[in-house]
Amino acid sequence: MDGEELTAQETALYDRQIRVWGVDAQKRLSKAQILVSGLNGTSVEFCKNIVLAGVGSLTLMDDRLVTEDALQANFLIPRDETVYSGRSLSELCCESLRDFNPMVRVLAEKGDLAQCEIDFLDKFDVVVVTGCSLKTKIEINEKCRKRAKRIAFYAIECRDSCGEIFVDLQNYTYAQKKSDGTAECHLSYPRLEDAILIPWRNLPRKVSKLYFAMRVIEKFELSEGRNPGELSNFDLPAVLKLRKELCDAQSLNESHVPETLLERILVAGPMLYPPVCPILGGILGQEVIKAISGKGDPLKNFFYFDAADGKGVIEDISNPSSI
Amino acid sequence: MDSDSKTEAIKRAKVLMVGAGGIGCELLKTLALSGFQDIHIIDMDTIEVSNLNRQFLFRQSHVGQSKAKVARDAVLRFMPQICITPYHANVKDPEFNVDFFKKFNVILNGLDNLDARRHVNRLCLAAEVPLVESGTTGFLGQQVTVHIKGRTECYECQPKPTPKTYPVCTITSTPLKFVHCIVWAKDLLFAKLFGDRNQENDLFVHTGDGSDSGKPTDDIFERGLDEVPVQYGRKIYDHVFGYNIEVALANEETWKNRRRPRPIFLGDVLPEKLILQNGNLEKNCLTEDLSLSAMSSLGLNNPQEIWSLAENSRLFLEALRLFIERRGKDIGSLTFDKDDQLAVEFVTAAANIRASSFGIPLHSLFDAKGIAGNIVHAVATTNAIIAGLIVIEAIKVLEADFQNCRMTYCLEHPCQKMLLMPIEPFEANKSCYVCSETPLLLEVNTQTSTLRDFVDKIVKNKLGMSFPLIMQGATLIFEGGDDLEEDVAANYALNLDKVLTALPAPVTSGSMLTVEDLQQELSCHINIKHREEFDEEKEPDRMVLLGWTTRGKESQGVSNGDNTTAAIPAAPEAINKSEEVEVAAEISRTKRKLSEMSETTEDQETFQILPDTDANNSMGPQEVEDNDYDDDLMVLDGNPEASKKRRLQ
Repeated sequence: MDGEELTAQETALYDRQIRVWGVDAQKRLSKAQILVSGLNGTSVEFCKNIVLAGVGSLTLMDDRLVTEDALQANFLIPRDETVYSGRSLSELCCESLRDFNPMVRVLAEKGDLAQCEIDFLDKFDVVVVTGCSLKTKIEINEKCRKRAKRIAFYAIECRDSCGEIFVDLQNYTYAQKKSDGTAECHLSYPRLEDAILIPWRNLPRKVSKLYFAMRVIEKFELSEGRNPGELSNFDLPAVLKLRKELCDAQSLNESHVPETLLERILVAGPMLYPPVCPILGGILGQEVIKAISGKGDPLKNFFYFDAADGKGVIEDISNPSSI
Repeated sequence: MDSDSKTEAIKRAKVLMVGAGGIGCELLKTLALSGFQDIHIIDMDTIEVSNLNRQFLFRQSHVGQSKAKVARDAVLRFMPQICITPYHANVKDPEFNVDFFKKFNVILNGLDNLDARRHVNRLCLAAEVPLVESGTTGFLGQQVTVHIKGRTECYECQPKPTPKTYPVCTITSTPLKFVHCIVWAKDLLFAKLFGDRNQENDLFVHTGDGSDSGKPTDDIFERGLDEVPVQYGRKIYDHVFGYNIEVALANEETWKNRRRPRPIFLGDVLPEKLILQNGNLEKNCLTEDLSLSAMSSLGLNNPQEIWSLAENSRLFLEALRLFIERRGKDIGSLTFDKDDQLAVEFVTAAANIRASSFGIPLHSLFDAKGIAGNIVHAVATTNAIIAGLIVIEAIKVLEADFQNCRMTYCLEHPCQKMLLMPIEPFEANKSCYVCSETPLLLEVNTQTSTLRDFVDKIVKNKLGMSFPLIMQGATLIFEGGDDLEEDVAANYALNLDKVLTALPAPVTSGSMLTVEDLQQELSCHINIKHREEFDEEKEPDRMVLLGWTTRGKESQGVSNGDNTTAAIPAAPEAINKSEEVEVAAEISRTKRKLSEMSETTEDQETFQILPDTDANNSMGPQEVEDNDYDDDLMVLDGNPEASKKRRLQ
């Protein structure tokens, strides 16, 4: 990438990270436009990371007002009612994020991403969604895929002390570093809708239980018309019933979706375990930086973390046939 | 793990954080959000611009202020009701003694140097408080580990390579790698020209040549009253790059099996016109400070570019001129500072010219600065992930959920699909001299090695003690510290220069010494065994300490074969691949397929990532930690050799 060099200010500020990913990557980052819809503990971690990394712009969409739930694990909002009263999450987070890196344009956009015009997305290179229903995720993912320019799509979700990241880079080519040089590598990512349609019995046997648990919860929320996280322990019987239905339909043994795991997620409702947010937000940050810079192996296509066992696992759920 | 009991345990906890930098900022924020109410934080540093890419609690306006204090203020803004106590101090200060550590339920480290980590480890053991450690490790990447006395390993149970140094001759006469040229440029030439004149300086030691050619040539470095900078610069250049090399070449022995360097004289590299031509500082540029730059005055604007010998030569002359003309008052008292632009430029230029002479590839200023300044590359995401993992472990510790504590590795390349890989902590190493009180063995020539050798090279360097007490039986042979009475201190000073057998309580084969550091509450027994001969090359210390490595086995680069030198500090080299695999295989008891990890080839020499040295640590001047860091978290352009290859393509 020729042309404009980094300014002296940028070189000084970004010195330590340029030593990680190089000047070219830094230049690409400075041109990237990111959109984040939904602000919670994990997405604000991601926002912090991406602003510090020095992207071109970050646009936030979340018109909700501040609530106790919204405040949990959110370090961008001062705990001062006189400051936050009457203002949307996106406005407040925007204000704080600007401070982290004056060289990044941080904007708050009013409205609901699910309702926006399709060409609204054209401005962006990366779209990250959180706290929305499965239906919305699928729709936005679809919109990203329909544009002429490739828009990377990420969905991130954290419940209790576990979480999921979904990545869709469509058809992605990059130079993969090998011991004897670089080799061109092609990855083909499925859309979310297709990924979750892959029959469960066709998935590798050791697929993370969280994958199934999330699908069950997702389905439950959808069928009950609940907002993401609007759950409680009272829902357990109904959820277990749904689990049985889904597992039967998929010819999958119910033990793959432990009751304890489902219960954990239900009991937590909209709550998240704060230390998990920086972990998920950090992994997501790394992924987006890789995708923008075109360097480093991007993960394909789901990532799971569960504080209960401490593992951070990549699951490739992309082939209809068994892997 | 009842949720309420968890909340209670967190609320009641008193936590100490050591370090308010990259990991520290993320950690403090996460602790606050997780419900911690009483947090203490120690950090001796002040904020620099290069911190701001990841230490997000700090702003441009905070540069120069205490990290601990600013971090505290920033977090209170979004969590006003909690209590954060900052200490702008060195964790090695005596006020942070065992009683201090005992007040806490858990200690969380976000440090960047081995010396402080060892110190904290010992205090945690003495105070019997659990420690959660974090940082880089070998080639597995970042890690978070938990250390609980009596249950798990302590931080020092697995060998951590102590600061490595280079042999004098490698630096002064036979450099092989660019880092050797940097050390020469920084610690010899720069020090000689701009540093304390009274400092001993080995710039003119010639291998195999007993004659002391140091004295007459000392005058070369004095600038005559009539000597204008250009003349002086040319004189210095021709002397160190031309004449000195010619003299070295005269000694055939040295070059029998080595590539001969070529002498470089200014007149052969630059046309007279350019030698005499000054750079072009903007007319109104009145700066006389750290931002003064020879690069920009010469129009060399890209620090990532590898300049030619000619360009480096011009840079050398221009930097020297600017020091003399604009920063004359600093000359005689300067030490190299990576944030001193002109110093970095000078050292880069000098190192490159020397490299050219010895056939070593030249490097960009960006890379040279990284090596000379021991710069650690770092990004926010890694620190954030680590911070989250630290808090998760800390909470387990507070709930006494020790069964579930884990060591977690944050991998760059997935291992069995995992990017975050938890492993059960290991049991304490029964041979660990720190936590298991196992005696060590020292092989030494008791008739020729002095007490000073023992104190400096073994007790301070290898054992990491700062203010040691050395006893034989009930007799105190030595006491380190600032608070000794004059006559007592004088007595010890006398002892230092005596050989071991000549000490008031003679130390001979079969003697047992007890070495203690009161602050660390660490006590260690060392059995002495006399040995006549030592291998000059492999055992330049002429002392070999045994039994202080993993499971009684000596590992590479730890006790034997350490290159060392009294006068020349250095930057460590990359550990070679096979050693790493050995260590890693040992670490991973689950025997995961570590060969899946990315390989580095011989010529893709890993850029040794080291922590920014902290000025006050007692490892000695500019001795640095060997972090065995293989791949960057995102291995991209971070490797100067690889990126250079790409550029040359």
